[in-house]
Amino acid sequence: MNPVEIKNLTVAYQKKPVLSDVSFEVPEGKLIGIIGPNGAGKSTLIKAVLGLIPKASGEIKIFGKNYNAKDKVVGYVPQRGSVDWDFPTNALDVVLMGRYGHIGWFKRPSKKDMELAMECLRKVGMESYSNRQISQLSGGQQQRVFLARALAQDAKIYFMDEPFVGVDAATERAIVDLLNELKKQGKTVLVVHHDLQTVKDYFDHVILLNMRTIAEGPTEDTFTIENLHRTYGGKLAFLEKDRVMVNQK
Amino acid sequence: MSDLNLLQMILYDANTQWVLLGTMLLGIASGVLGSIALLRKQSLIGDAVAHAALPGICIAFLLIGEKSLVALLIGATITGLVAAYCIQFITATSILKEDTVICLVLSVFFGFGIVLLTKVSQSPAGNKSGLADFIFGQAASLVGNDVKLMAGTAFILILVTSLLFKELKLLTFDPAFAKGLGLPTKFLNFLFLTLLVAAVVIGIQAVGVILMAALLITPSIAARYWTNSLGKMIILSGLFGAISGMAGTLLSTFGRGLATGPFIVVSATLLFFLSMLFAPERGLVIKWMRRIKYNRKTKEEQILRTIYKNLEDCYLKSGLEECLVTTNAVASELAFSEKLTLTILGDLLKKGYLTQSGNEWSLTNEGLFKGYLLVMKQRVGEICLMHREEFNEEEQDQLTSKVIDKPTDPIAERIIYLLDQYNMKPAISPYEGKGLT
Repeated sequence: MNPVEIKNLTVAYQKKPVLSDVSFEVPEGKLIGIIGPNGAGKSTLIKAVLGLIPKASGEIKIFGKNYNAKDKVVGYVPQRGSVDWDFPTNALDVVLMGRYGHIGWFKRPSKKDMELAMECLRKVGMESYSNRQISQLSGGQQQRVFLARALAQDAKIYFMDEPFVGVDAATERAIVDLLNELKKQGKTVLVVHHDLQTVKDYFDHVILLNMRTIAEGPTEDTFTIENLHRTYGGKLAFLEKDRVMVNQK
Repeated sequence: MSDLNLLQMILYDANTQWVLLGTMLLGIASGVLGSIALLRKQSLIGDAVAHAALPGICIAFLLIGEKSLVALLIGATITGLVAAYCIQFITATSILKEDTVICLVLSVFFGFGIVLLTKVSQSPAGNKSGLADFIFGQAASLVGNDVKLMAGTAFILILVTSLLFKELKLLTFDPAFAKGLGLPTKFLNFLFLTLLVAAVVIGIQAVGVILMAALLITPSIAARYWTNSLGKMIILSGLFGAISGMAGTLLSTFGRGLATGPFIVVSATLLFFLSMLFAPERGLVIKWMRRIKYNRKTKEEQILRTIYKNLEDCYLKSGLEECLVTTNAVASELAFSEKLTLTILGDLLKKGYLTQSGNEWSLTNEGLFKGYLLVMKQRVGEICLMHREEFNEEEQDQLTSKVIDKPTDPIAERIIYLLDQYNMKPAISPYEGKGLT
């Protein structure tokens, strides 16, 4: 059974559709890039799957069932800018939030949860920052804290919204290592991604999106100049530059 | 009667003790909920809810015709909740921004409340009812049963908040993630608003509808200055709320019949100013002192670097290790006044980094170590910036100490290689014997 199956998903803000008739399914245990121009509805797609915004029509199946957050199969890494980093808390505490779904109502995190959260911080190379107030972390470090929080969720499918945006070299490496480790564990990871140059290096499978699914499939077959052309439309100068790049890889 | 005796009499009065207990619990509850409201950027909703309680109080009075606190508070709760949901509903469904909506709801409800209050005071039963006390608060008019109601509610509010601490924290920090975890965010949001309304409603008798919001906001912003942990912030905020509640009640009782609300707010504001000025870490005084210290340190480092670079230049040009730098050269290079330059040079001399001969300066052995370290750090930083894909600028300090202490480490070797390539390696190293590099 495929971890994610989407049929004819349409999402609209007011009356303007942002996604129309999006359909795709993704194989289990792969790293999947969701690629498309600005405003193509990439983040909207993730939010709709997670039920954060309502859909106008269509079907979303997670392992063959309707999505229910309580099943704890889906982990989410939102865009870094979506929260107020001046919130009074430290890095370890944010990671612990990933455990809240497992801890249950009224209870406090146990020592085991703390250890697990520390382990997740270690996996993103941030264990020495566990006590750091989150506003004092750099952008890349904040992104890594968000990734550690998703790890602590211990989900089967992960959705990540632009984790590579505005991060330093060390964070980029940490994220790539983490993606590969997740893949090794058999998890399915869907990543909204911007940088066409790294697509071939990072992802096994791509979904090209521009309001609708333009193409989807294994990266070698799908990430082609023709498909990119259909996704990005008339931005020729930009595509010319990338043609060289796509051919090189 | 002396003031002291009066104070003693007030403190031994059974009713006053009840009132003090009530305002203390009220202070804790509103401090606790106010902290969360502040972080959720909902402080102003508390203000609107408080003002919106007035029409509820008047309607309840008009309906039953007597002043029973329970009935009045039920009325206040209903209009308060209606106002809170109006704000959320209008914000979600119209193009108006939340601040506009809050303003609109607050003024409409409060205006309506004042109209009703005028009507009440014109009726024969009404003009002695003391409903006007609800505007600025009158703690002294609380009787035993009122206080029990207040205290009981405050206790429940504190209990619910502590039980749901974890959930409320996540809801406040990252609501989308909370929803992704399967938390019932809509229910929690509703519950929190209800708790907030309850805190406001039990406070209006003592503090009054106009100033109630201050008891939500002021203790929590004061507490925010002292800590970076939400748990500690909430506890401190409750403590500040309790202190202001009790202090305000005592002061107003002391003055016989003075409104309580303003005194509570003044006490809370005093705590806020003290926190803003003197809190460690975030307080203005500490920040200001730290800034001055940092600026001074920066200037000292600039001067040490300048002297080092001058010595380096001199060495590279003439091969001489024992050059001297004039005060004027340092001052003009850094665009410092001569007076400032001399002061800082004097400080560095006292610290043992410099040697002075008249108007000319050079580095001591210790100064050479320091100057070398500072220049190295600056140049390693530049290498990090030039080779962003290889090195992380944030790790500049660790990289510098690696280059100095463990030059055989592969990363250090690479940086030393690059420094050589760009001719940026500090020429006079105290580690390799002066000038032997």
